[in-house]
Parts: sequence; C-alpha cells; structure tokens
Amino acid sequence: MVVTASQTAAGAPARPRVARRRRANGSGRAAWLLLAPFLVGFAVFYVGPVVVAVVKSFTTVTRTSTYGRPVEVFAGLGNYTAALGDAGFVGSVGRVLLFGVIQIPIMLGLALVLALALDSAVVRLRRFFRLAFFLPYAVPGVIAAVMWGFFYAPNLSPVNQLLDPLGIHPDLLSGNVILYSIANIVTWTFTGYNMLILYSSLQAIPPQLYEAARLDGASGWVIAWRIKVPVIAPSLVLTGVFSIIGTFQLFTEPQVMAGVSSAVSSSYTPSMAAYAQISAQNHGLGAAMSVLVTLLIAVLSWLFFRITRARAAL
Amino acid sequence: MTTSHRSSFVVTTAMFVAAVYFLLPVVWLAISATKSASDLSTTFGLWFSGNHLGQNLHDTVTFGDGLYLRWLANSALYSIVGAAAATLLSAMAGYALAKFTFRGRSLTFSAILAGVLVPPTALAVPLFLMLADAGMTNTVWSVLLPSMISPFGVYLARVYAAASVPDELLEAGRIDGAGDVRMFYTVSLRLMAPALVTIFLFQFVAIWNNFLLPLVMLTSDRLYPVTLGLYTLNTQITRDPDLKAVVVTGSLLSIIPLILAFLALQRFWRTGLAAGAVKD
Repeated sequence: MVVTASQTAAGAPARPRVARRRRANGSGRAAWLLLAPFLVGFAVFYVGPVVVAVVKSFTTVTRTSTYGRPVEVFAGLGNYTAALGDAGFVGSVGRVLLFGVIQIPIMLGLALVLALALDSAVVRLRRFFRLAFFLPYAVPGVIAAVMWGFFYAPNLSPVNQLLDPLGIHPDLLSGNVILYSIANIVTWTFTGYNMLILYSSLQAIPPQLYEAARLDGASGWVIAWRIKVPVIAPSLVLTGVFSIIGTFQLFTEPQVMAGVSSAVSSSYTPSMAAYAQISAQNHGLGAAMSVLVTLLIAVLSWLFFRITRARAAL
Repeated sequence: MTTSHRSSFVVTTAMFVAAVYFLLPVVWLAISATKSASDLSTTFGLWFSGNHLGQNLHDTVTFGDGLYLRWLANSALYSIVGAAAATLLSAMAGYALAKFTFRGRSLTFSAILAGVLVPPTALAVPLFLMLADAGMTNTVWSVLLPSMISPFGVYLARVYAAASVPDELLEAGRIDGAGDVRMFYTVSLRLMAPALVTIFLFQFVAIWNNFLLPLVMLTSDRLYPVTLGLYTLNTQITRDPDLKAVVVTGSLLSIIPLILAFLALQRFWRTGLAAGAVKD
C-alpha cells in the first residue's frame, strides 16, 4: 500500500492498529460462523453418541418388582465384566483378530502389486484395468454380500457347477470356510480402493528419483521394491490403519451371511454382538461392548503406527 | 520376443486374471438377472438360458405395489440431500480452518480428525438410544440428519481450500470491504467447486452404501433405502424362493446408478483418493 505524505502525520499510527484489530476480530467471528453449522451437527451426531455410550455402559435397568416400572441405575463396571465374561463377545474379538491377520496382508499385498504393475511401463490397457479393479467399490457392501452369497450357495454357485462332475462338492458357507468366504468379499470390495490410494502416491513420485537407478541398469523389479515401495510407505501405513479399523467394525458382510449360513451366529463379530444386545434391550451391555471395541481399535491403530514408524526410522 | 516384451506379456496377463476376479461377480449378476427363478439354480451360472429380463424387471418394479421403486427413491433422497448438505457444511468448516487464524483452530481441527477415526458402528447404536428419547427414530430425519456430518469431508475441504483459494484474493476483497462470510459464498465457493464435486461423490457413495444406520433406525419398510430393502428380501428367500429373481434383478438395478456416476466422474474421485493418500 502506498502511504501518502498527508496520512503519515496524524492518521498513520492509528489506522493500521484499527485495521488489524478489525480484521482479527472479524476473521475470528466469521470463522466460527462458518464452522458453527458443522460443529453443531458434529456435537449432536458424533460427540453425543460417544458420551451416551460411555454413560449407558455404566448403567443397568432393574425393576423394583416383577411387574414394577423399569429403573435405570448405576452399575459400576458390571457391564464391562459381563462383556468380558461373555464367551460369544470374547470369541468374536478373537475371530476378527484372526480375520485381520489373514485378510489385511492379502488385500494390501494384492493392492500394492496391482498398483506397482499399473505404475510400471509394461502394462497396456491401463485405464481399463484401473476401472475394473475399482468397480467393486461402487457396489454397496450389502449387495456385494448378497451377490457373493449366491455365488457360494451350493445349488447356485458356478464354482460348484464346474466342480460337481469331478466329484468335488465344496460348501463355501460351512463352519470351517465361512470366515474365509467373508474375507474374500471384503478383499473383493476394498482391494481396488486401496490400490488407487497407493497408485496415486506412486504417480506423485518425481521420476528423477529412480531415473539414476535406471541409468545404472537397475531392473523394474529392483526399482519397484527398493525405491518406490519405501517412498510410498506412509500411504501403506495409512491403508493399513484404515483396514484395521474396518476389520474391527466388520458388520454388513457377516450380517448378510448370517441370513444364508447357520455357521454365522448373531455375535459373530464384536459389532454384531453389540447390535444383538441392543436389539435384546440390553442397552448397558451393548454400550459397554461398543466402548470396548472402540478402545481396542484406538489401541491397535496406535500400536500399528508406532511399530511401522519405528521400523521406518531404522 | 525380447525380455521386456515377455515381461510385459506376463504382467498384462496377470492383470487380466485380476480383472476377471473383480468383474466376474458383477457379470454373474447381470447374466442371472436375465433368468427365471428356477433356471437360476438349474442352469450354469455364467451363461445365458432363456430371456426373462423383461419379466424380472416387471416383477421387481411392481414388487409390493412399487415398494422396490420406493426404496430406490428413498436411497436417492438420502444420498442426494444428505451429500449436498454434507458438502456445503464441510466446505464452510474446511474453508474456515484453512483460511482464518483464530484461537482454538488446531484444537477444533484435531477434534474433527478424531471423528474420522471413530467407528460408525460404535456411533449408530448410541445414536439410536439418543433419537429414541427424542421420539425421532423411524423417521426420514433419523437417517438424513446424521448423514449430513462428514469429518472426512471437512478434512478434504480444508486441503482443497488451502490449495485453491489464494490469500491475496481474500486480502484484496477485505480491503474492498467485502465481509468474510459473503466472500466465501461469492468467491471462494466457486474456486473450490471441483473439489466440492469430489466431497459430494464420496459422501453420496457412503450414504448409498450405508446399512447399519438405517437398519438400527428404521422399522417401517416404506422408509428403507434399497440396501436395507434388498437385505430383508434376501433373508426371506429360503421361505419364498421366487423372490430370488427379484433380489438378483433389484441388486443389479441398484448398482447401475453408482457405476454410471463413477464412470462419469472419474476425474473427481481420483483427486479425492490422491488427497487421502497424502494424509500423514
């Protein structure tokens, strides 16, 4: 701004201060005005339920007499000890742990390999492949599970129709296999999504970074594993954390499978167990289960960050 | 064949195998939608047998006096209105966090980011208890209002606002005496427009695919979105095998709008995923 001679004498010292104050105040107020609608909704639909869940988890409903009015009373840690003593709930936590240990590495490994292949110079029809791999993400979880449910059903499955003449009759909905059948649905749905996240980071790597290695005669494989993978490690960690969170929330796919397979119980996953308790009007116990799962997710995500970061630092 | 040609061939072949895996169930669904309920279990799943597509479409559309169409309309309502509102709220909040300095900014942003990590399954059930106290369960609002809040949308909007709205422009506006809020609606919102399409698209898909929230909130099947409707039909198949054709055809119809939206708006979801990738 050009300051003219006439302003400098009296006006100048006062004006900037006024202007600065106006801006700072105005900015602060405008910012809160813009934030307010979201924050109100966030308080009601995010913070509110968290508070309710925590409060409810410490209460239980009792009746003064058999036909008396139900009264909500403080239960201390009763719901938590009940949840931890519930074989179904504890079993469901073990089940999703097993699920995650097997499914997440397979899914992310596949996503990484596909992303590296798409990023390399050797693949044709790149656009087609990218779309084909990502397509399942546009299919709602319920529809994906219904679809694969048909695919698994012994009397409908094209797999069974092909294997029948050979005398092989696999039942992909039976007790030993159903966990892997569900893992397949999740892998099918989310591999492309994770692949695109990794692919975007690969595309963001400046070519100079591996140009020198290429001139030195390094092969595509060496460049991929020695240079590209370490560079996109933060994105891999991110997809890993999202996958852990997703695994512990597993609900839709097993819930749909419960309709077509007797091997899926109503407390097959922690989320299903919590939902089943709420449906049965055991609000306190259901809330305690939700809180426990959320804490477990937080701890595991944090551990995963810590471990991967420590290894990246080496 | 040179080495590079051979490796190109090997990799491309492997990619084709992967593509078959990802496309096959959808191909199966499309083929199955052309079959009668009895042919579904008696003929080979991956090839055609007779043409019942017209009959199946008719059965699906007229199912329960147009209940299926009602579900589709509900899904469209929840997704379009919910995503539009979520986009506007996210844009306002993200812009405020990116372009203003004020006390409590980083604390607010951290709280919103923590919201991204809270599992929706942990929220849905206590939310039901809250809304039940308010007598709001089993209403359109019980699904629509929670869908309007997207912490991830705020995160994306903040990234985009920082990148697309130049500070100099805001300075110039302020010197001209334009109010900060007015400037957001007249100038900044327009500059952020491409990014807003991305936020809208992601929230639209999230709402369209949502299952737990409507499952918990809704008891009246007239309010169901299509995912919940097809889920309930699927649980009745063992009792009424003829429903199979409706479930298959209904599933196919319900994913067509999403697939078309993804194909038409490819550019936008790619930028969204790229922004998600640099989130560390």
